[in-house]
This record gives sequence, C-alpha cells and structure tokens, in this order.
Amino acid sequence: MTYRDLMWKTLPIERLDKETPSLIDPEISEYIQIKKDAIEINAQNIYYRDLNDLIKHVAKWPANKIILNNITGQRYIGTSLRRKIEIEINGTPGNDLAAFMDGPKITVYGDVQDGCGNTMSQGEIIVHGSAGDVTGYGMRGGNIFIRDNIGYRAGIHMKEYKNLKPNIVVGGTAVDFLGEYMAGGVLAVLGLNLGENKTHDAKYVGTGMHGGVIYIHGKVTHTGKEVETRNLDEQDNKLLRELVNQYCKYFGTHKNVEEILGQDFVKLIPVSTRPYGRLYAY
Amino acid sequence: MITHSQPEFVVERDQDLCLRCKVCVNQCAYDTHSYDPEEDVIVNKDENCVNCQRCVTFCPSKAIEIKQNPSKFKENFHWTQEAVSGIKLQSETGGIILTGMGCNKPEFTYWDRLLLNASQVTNPSIDPLREPMELITYLGSKPNKLKFENSDISLETKFSPQIRLETPILFSAISYGAVSFNVHQSLARAANEVGTLFNTGEGGLDRRLYKHGKNAIVQVASGRFGVKPDYLNAGAAIEIKIGQGAKPGIGGHLPGEKVEQDISKTRMIPVGTDALSPAPQHDIYSIEDLRQLIFALKEATDYTKPVSVKIAAVHNSAAISSGMVRAGADIIALDGVRGSTGAAPRIIRDNVGIPIELAIASVDQRLRDEGIRNKASIIVGGGIRSSADVTKAIALGADAVYIATAALVSIGCTICQKCYTGKCPWGIATTDPYLVKRINPDIATRRLVNLLRGWNNEIKEIMGGMGINAIESVRGNRLSLRGVGLSERELKVLGIKLAGE
Repeated sequence: MTYRDLMWKTLPIERLDKETPSLIDPEISEYIQIKKDAIEINAQNIYYRDLNDLIKHVAKWPANKIILNNITGQRYIGTSLRRKIEIEINGTPGNDLAAFMDGPKITVYGDVQDGCGNTMSQGEIIVHGSAGDVTGYGMRGGNIFIRDNIGYRAGIHMKEYKNLKPNIVVGGTAVDFLGEYMAGGVLAVLGLNLGENKTHDAKYVGTGMHGGVIYIHGKVTHTGKEVETRNLDEQDNKLLRELVNQYCKYFGTHKNVEEILGQDFVKLIPVSTRPYGRLYAY
Repeated sequence: MITHSQPEFVVERDQDLCLRCKVCVNQCAYDTHSYDPEEDVIVNKDENCVNCQRCVTFCPSKAIEIKQNPSKFKENFHWTQEAVSGIKLQSETGGIILTGMGCNKPEFTYWDRLLLNASQVTNPSIDPLREPMELITYLGSKPNKLKFENSDISLETKFSPQIRLETPILFSAISYGAVSFNVHQSLARAANEVGTLFNTGEGGLDRRLYKHGKNAIVQVASGRFGVKPDYLNAGAAIEIKIGQGAKPGIGGHLPGEKVEQDISKTRMIPVGTDALSPAPQHDIYSIEDLRQLIFALKEATDYTKPVSVKIAAVHNSAAISSGMVRAGADIIALDGVRGSTGAAPRIIRDNVGIPIELAIASVDQRLRDEGIRNKASIIVGGGIRSSADVTKAIALGADAVYIATAALVSIGCTICQKCYTGKCPWGIATTDPYLVKRINPDIATRRLVNLLRGWNNEIKEIMGGMGINAIESVRGNRLSLRGVGLSERELKVLGIKLAGE
C-alpha cells in the first residue's frame, strides 16, 4: 500500500486538496506516522532545517494536527507556516519557536527557549513549562500562554494595530525589563508561584513603555520612569478574566479562575504615548 | 527667555522685481515670508529660514536671494559658529540638537584623494559607445568552487539565491514615514525601470507598492515595524538593519506627528504614537544571535532570498563583518560616517563612525585574508556623490553601492539638513498632505532614472578608459587606484599605492 493510499484511508476524503503529495518520499517516511487525526513526526536526531522542511511538507497535507515527538532544541518550529494548524510539541523546542508565525496553534509539553514568538503575527503558543528571554519580541498579534515563569525582556516592544492585539499570560513570575519599549497589547503576570513576600524579582519593568498594559499580581519594586501604576477598572477586569479563563482552561491549575482573580492585581500603563517627545532642541 | 541665537540666513528680496505674487509665501513651509496687505509688501522672518532654496527656485521674477547672515559671532577657528550657536540653542532648550542628512564636516572624504587609472599605449582603451560594456551585478553568496556534472555542461553546484542587477547602484534605505509615499513610489518605479533595487527602510512597505516587491529590499530593524510574513516574502532580499552611518549605535524614532493614517497602516501602529526603534535589536547581542535571526528570516522565506546585514562603519567593522559573513549573511552593507539620516543627534552624526573608503578597504581585505570574501556581497554607502565615487568604491572592493542623498537631491533635496522638522518644503521628508503633493511621482521617477542612466554611462566611460569592459573586473581592482596627499599608513589601510608609484 502506498502512503497515499494510507492517507486516503485515514483522512476524510473531502479534506484532501490538490496539494496532497502523490507519494511520501521514502526518505522521510521513516520519521512519519499517519494517525487518524494527526501526523506524528519523530524528531529525534533530525537537524532543525530538515525538521522544518518536513513540517512544511506535511503541513500541506489535509491533516489538522502535527505531533512532534522527541524535540531536542530544534529552532524556528512553526516559523513559515501560514495556515491554522495545530502543532503539539513534546520535548524542548529551540530558540525562535514560532518566529514570524502567522496562524498555527502550538502546544508545548516542556519548556521553551529564547525568542519564542519573535515578531509573531497571529496564532497561539501554549507552554506547559517556562519560557526563556525575549519572549514575544515585537509580537503584533496572537496569544502566548506560559504556565510557569518567563525570562528577561519578556514582551519587549510588542505592539498592537486595530484588530491585531497580542497577549502574553505568564502564570508565575517575570524578571528584569518586563514589557520594555512596550507599544501595545497585554502582558498579564499572575504571580501564582510567588513566595511569602509576594515580590517579583524584576527591575526596570516597563522601561520605555509607550502603549499597551501590564496586569500584574505581586509587588513590583522597580519600574521604568515612563510607567505609572493604577488600579484595574471594569474594562481591565473583563479583559483579565478572559485571559485567566483561557489560562485555567489550558493548564488546569491548582487555583481556579475566581481564586486567581481574587488576588490583588495592579496595572502598569505608560505615562505618555510619546516618552521621548521633549528630548530634543528644535 | 530672549534668544541669543542669530538667524543663520538672511533673505534679500529685490522689491523692484517682486511681483507680490506670494509664491514664496505659499512655498515656504517654515513661515519665513508673509504678505503685509497694508503696505503691499512681502516681509521676512529671517530666523525661520533654513536656506532650502524653494522660494528662490520658484520665484517667477528671481527677486529672492538667500545669504549667509553676514552678522556673525567674532571669527574663531576653535569656537566655530556652529559650536557657539549650538551652545546657545541648548542653553535655551536643554535638548539634544537634531540634524538631518549626512555629516557635513570637511575632514572625512577620501574619494577626492583617490585617482583612477587609464590605459595608454600598452593596453588598448575601449570605446563604450561602440563596444559592449557590462555593469551587470549579482548580489548573493557565491560558492567556493564550481562543480560540473560529469562531462556535461550543466552545473552541479547549487547556488544560494542571487539577485541580478543591471547596475551596481542601489537606492539605500529610506523609510516610508521619514519620506512621503510619493518618494517611496518614485524610488520603487525608478528601481524597476533601471533594473536595480530600492530599500524600504524600517517603516514597512505600503500595500500599493507590493507590486514593486521584486525591486525591493525589505528591511527588518529593531522596531520591527510592518514586519509580517507577507512583507518578508514581498521583497527580493531582506536586510537586517543593525546600524546606520549617521547614527551608529543609536536607535531612532519617528515622532508621533508624522504617523498619520497611511504610515500607521504600513508600520502597523496606531495613528499619532511615536514609532520607537530601540538602539539594539534585542534578540541580537552576539554573532550567534545574529545567525539566529538571519536563519529565522531564511526559514520564514523558505531560503529563497538573500539576507543582508547592514552595519555602520565603525572601528572594528572588519572583524564584525567577518562575524556577519560567518553568521550566514549573503550580503553585508556598510554605511560610512557620511551616511545620511532623516533625524539624528548632530553630535553623533558628526563624531561617530569611520569614513566608508577606509571601511571598504579593510573589510574587503579581511574577508579575502580569511578566504570568505566570496561568501557575501558587499554594498557600501555613505556620501556617494558621483559615478567616480561609485567606481572608486568598487575598485576598493565593494560589489555595489547604496545611494540615498544623491537620489533625493535628484528629485529636489537641497541638503538643508532640516529633515527632522517634517516640514520639507520640497515635499520629500514630510508626510504633511499639503507638502507631499510637491513630489510628482512621474517626474521624480524620470529624474531618478535619468540620474542612474547618466552615472551608468559615466562608469562605462571610466571603465572604457581603463580598458575594462565589465564591472566585474573593476571589483577589488586596487591597482587601478592611486592616492594623493595620503600618509603611508592611510595608503596601507586603503591597500593602494601613491600616485607616481
């Protein structure tokens, strides 16, 4: 039986389109298993470029889900995929996961490294673990949910435009330069794992911020001078509730939505959309 | 506070010639001229004048002259007029002094001390009017060697993506927002007509110009404005902007006033907000990180486009360039101390960076020494004024040159250096709907095409004189250059001999 026959057998025929490859190249067939609802790839010992080629290749098939097993640091997963497809990653993906991504939904069972969601356009990243530095740099749309903690310069220079509005939700804590240069979107830090003193070990929070909002539970002792702290209003509460709802849905945490929202939250917003307006001599 | 600053220029109007037509009043974007109906006379506010020559050009009776203000602070070689007036301005505002265009100091130009060779007797010169001359330039990484399939003439070596240009001259990065849509459109159309590329700068590419994508280098800078998969895939190449010659190591920001509807749409930020470009790209703190972004962009475009990395020429450009090539850059772009800008602190523009001539020579030499010169093409920019500068740059080791100031001058710019005000009376460095109409894209395109045609023909003349019929043979041909008035050390860095040697 050819692989094509196999595919036709396992996938509903109406979902096959013209792009379906006539045959799976025997060279790659050993890495691929076609399941009823997904294509599984065993990424063990595959170089990142070959892996991404493979993902691009199978993403053209009519399946709605790709499962990547044994991921060990391969970079740029999901980068050039332009359609709504689900990707499940088991292992630890490498840097720039979903960089410039435009559509897919990626669920990671493990931690992610630096640059996750770099300049991402649309889609969703759900991380059952922690994320490294510069997560969501220049992100302009889509959602990132991090179950645990996030590294330095998270959400740096994320921005929004009309209906493109990025969100990053972090269950645990964040570190220095959170929301630096932030120009739009929402960063929510839930502080679920903060210890007794309820303080985030984060300095220079919101430095250069000129748009968007940071919702945070737990003390922030050091913010940029461009930022002011306010209480949440009704609109904020509504928005935060939506995000926390999603967070709990994805991760099923020990605290429920009401318990999380019952914690004290403050919001950090920029003093001005023009932080450096008065810097120059004309 | 009463200002201690003196007007830099004075407007002289010949009242006998003046027709009171008010062209000058309407043309000036700085409110220098105004009409007094009671006296029926046009009066000046000299302190507003930037000497852009707009009124002079358009005055139908040629009644206006702009002159340097004859009343000056006492002459002093050390405490120059610029130094004194700068201090006065800063004591009144407490601000950083902004400027536009490239460094205007006399010291940093080497082009004029380099001379090209010509054939006499021992090798024949070529007549470019009669014989074929080739300026075709391919940008992109070249393989170490070529391998052919057995006994066949077909090539086995797989090439990295290459861009074919009809001329070694490209339009340098000028962002939409710094200049108007009409200017961007003119650059795009001219690039298309001539067979070269324009560079979007970091402000994204307007939807209406996507059709010129095959003539565009799309830039990715620290602000990531308008960067999305469509944009990355629209261009012929992608350029990562690390630095700019006019402001090495400095970020930028487009002031909120310039972010109107169309700019907002292209940059993908709300109307009226400052577009801040941080000084570094925060995902690049090392050569390894640069490699990561280069390959992220290659992944995002399926390895179909060359990736360029642009840096300002600084003291250790040669070592950095080596790192850039090893990081996977297919093109490296160097921007010298004369490189231009829409806005930069004057103190940075005039004091940071190195002349492009020295940078080309040292980078080219370093890459040759390390055996990796073929891995990347080199595009250089920063004050290229003429086809002679182009040819000298190529002879020093560049593959191609970027021009921006020259291109803007061709469509009206007079280098008054006030781009940062956003009130360019020539309709170039502005997004004011009243002023942008001053650039007619049809005419501007023609001017740009004419300029490149003229330069191309001149380069062919120069090459013909040297007895060379392809620009490829001028590349890195430093024997075709000699220096005058240069120290031994300078000659050594430039890798050329003294004239007469």
